[in-house]
Amino acid sequence: MNNLLVAENIVKKYGDYTALNNVSLTVPKGSIFGLLGPNGAGKTSFIRIINQITMPDSGLVTFDGKPLEQNHVKDIGYLPEERGLYKSMKVGEQALYLAQLKGLSKAEAKERLKYWFDRLEIGDWWNKKVQELSKGMAQKIQFVVTVLHQPKLLIFDEPFSGFDPINANLIKDEILKLREDGATVIFSTHRMESVEELCDHIALIDKSNKILDGKLIDIKKQFKSNTFEVGVGSANENELRSLLDNKFNITPASFKSIHDDMKVKIQIDPSSTPNELLSFLTNHGQVNHFTEVIPSASDIFIQSVQNN
Amino acid sequence: MNHLPLITKREYLNKVKNKSFIIMTFVSPLIMVGLGLLIGFLTNINKNKERIIDIVDESGFANEIFADTTSSTKYRILNNIDLAQARVDVEEQEHYGLLYIPKVDSVSQLEKNVKFYSKDTPSITLIAELESKIEKQLTDINYKNKGLDIEKIKEARIRIDINQESYAGEKTSKLSGGLKLGFGMVSGYLLFMFIIIYGNMIMRSIIEEKTSRIIEVIISSVKPMQLMLGKIFGTSLAGITQFVIWVLLLTILSLVLSTVFGVNMSEMQTPQQEMVQEAMKNGDMQEKISLLLNEIYNLPLANLVIMFLLFFIGGFLLYASLYAAIGAAVDNETDTQQFMMPIMVPLILAVYVGGFTVLEDPHGTVAQVFSFIPFTSPVVMLMRIPFGVPMWQQIASVLLLFATFIGTVWFAAKIYRVGILMYGKKPSYKEIYKWLKY
Repeated sequence: MNNLLVAENIVKKYGDYTALNNVSLTVPKGSIFGLLGPNGAGKTSFIRIINQITMPDSGLVTFDGKPLEQNHVKDIGYLPEERGLYKSMKVGEQALYLAQLKGLSKAEAKERLKYWFDRLEIGDWWNKKVQELSKGMAQKIQFVVTVLHQPKLLIFDEPFSGFDPINANLIKDEILKLREDGATVIFSTHRMESVEELCDHIALIDKSNKILDGKLIDIKKQFKSNTFEVGVGSANENELRSLLDNKFNITPASFKSIHDDMKVKIQIDPSSTPNELLSFLTNHGQVNHFTEVIPSASDIFIQSVQNN
Repeated sequence: MNHLPLITKREYLNKVKNKSFIIMTFVSPLIMVGLGLLIGFLTNINKNKERIIDIVDESGFANEIFADTTSSTKYRILNNIDLAQARVDVEEQEHYGLLYIPKVDSVSQLEKNVKFYSKDTPSITLIAELESKIEKQLTDINYKNKGLDIEKIKEARIRIDINQESYAGEKTSKLSGGLKLGFGMVSGYLLFMFIIIYGNMIMRSIIEEKTSRIIEVIISSVKPMQLMLGKIFGTSLAGITQFVIWVLLLTILSLVLSTVFGVNMSEMQTPQQEMVQEAMKNGDMQEKISLLLNEIYNLPLANLVIMFLLFFIGGFLLYASLYAAIGAAVDNETDTQQFMMPIMVPLILAVYVGGFTVLEDPHGTVAQVFSFIPFTSPVVMLMRIPFGVPMWQQIASVLLLFATFIGTVWFAAKIYRVGILMYGKKPSYKEIYKWLKY
């Protein structure tokens, strides 16, 4: 069993509005799965179905090989985008309560909380009330509560919002460590740089439909435009430029270089190879820079959504 | 997993440990007792102030009428002074007022001609007292004038006290009627207060969960239904705790006050209490008390207590689930106003129907109908039961109430499930209706 979560043909309607239209997703075990999409695309609806907060109108969700059921709640940790804590309750009491709701015994919860509080150096907050904490502090507690019961599946919706860069990094490292320890992570965010950094799989939902999914690397291959960024030193730049212009599709490029080169982006025909381009270039000048343009997650996002 | 006990416990402890809740619990009885003392104190001040009433009597009856001046009201008969002069004098001396009895040929002419002059409008009780004193004396004089023997008239007077008995042989009296009414009113009103105070508390705690945004974390662990029921149960238990503490504190406080300070609470009387005591004086005190105890004993106590508990619990839970639904539907307390109407209307209707219709005729059609409608039955039926309601009616009404409770919980849970995740705009009734179908 290589997939932790399989969702098949999920349909969810709110009255006349369709939030999810026949969405199927497969989340492999041990992956960090980026669930992307514009605001209001249906990501949260999907996440709520996995958490059994709402039920799909039709479709089937399978968790670790079995149909999703109430008992799976203890195998899932969910950090929603809209998150908070009871303001007037003490931090420790509250964390204990939330852990017990996830099925931990009180003693067990206490022990693990102590471990995590020490680890994140927040031990002395135990008796503070939440209203005395800053937003970032509260977020840390929420993170601890989400992972405390060692769930197989972790769902983070915008986990870094509200954190300063240092703490965001700390949480990122914790997420990576949790994956190493065997957890599977579904990660929903609008911050594309963290998608690049963390995700190995992504799915893109737009207007209630899934429009893209797969391994990030495969998707990038799929989206590559056979474009190369080149820096060429030549005695006669204008001649070279018109030569290239006749043969290829070229656009200006800008990148950092120590050479005073002509910088262009060259798109080649899919039937030809990079080597052909390279040998053409070496015949006409000194090639100091030659890189394939790889589409960023952000490019893929924008391109897919605009084409949809 | 059943998390209901855990949620109930958290709700309960959270409420009970809340500072304002604790303050309310312990300060309210103090305020109530303090208010009682203040009122008693104020009436006593009022009573202790000596009132002097001057009397100009041209008829010559006043001597007999106002012979005794034992109370705080002092009567002074002015002799050899005419009315105009007396008015000036009395006003100057700042006495309470001036009673003028003109000279007449026959007693009956006085009916409309006695006058009272004072700076401000005199108290109603004083005028009534004066009227009854004069009336009594003049009636006696009139009897005498007409050749009737007063003693014989008194002897001949008959008092009627109808003994009521139902076909089943159950004896009742006016006294027990009052007692039953009292029980009904107290329990009905208690329920009404309880629903309003603690229903609101449930609503607020759900709104708090929404505004603090913790709700989504929680319902990813527990079913919304469990969360809602946990909140209702926890808050109800906190409410009962508060109520019990109030009753205990009030009892202890009045005991302490009456023993330690030697303040006898019963001495601080309101005018009503005085009237009651006056009425009691006529009969044999001993006899009245034993009669009262007997009446209490004769009430179907077991029936009353069991039904009180059932209707109290059922009625509260019914309304509590509606309050929970409202709390889930809105974002903040100001938005609750438009949804309060459907709760308040039946509740107020119940208290009014209970207060007026049941009082008039406990077994009339209106009272009967309202004691079956689940939204009014807890209050109305509780008021009816002391007057004897057939057991089948009581049971039917309870069953109907609990069946409706299950219905409203289902309805509330539907709204709750959707509402707790809705933020931003205030929903309309139409939208809430749509939620039921999600």
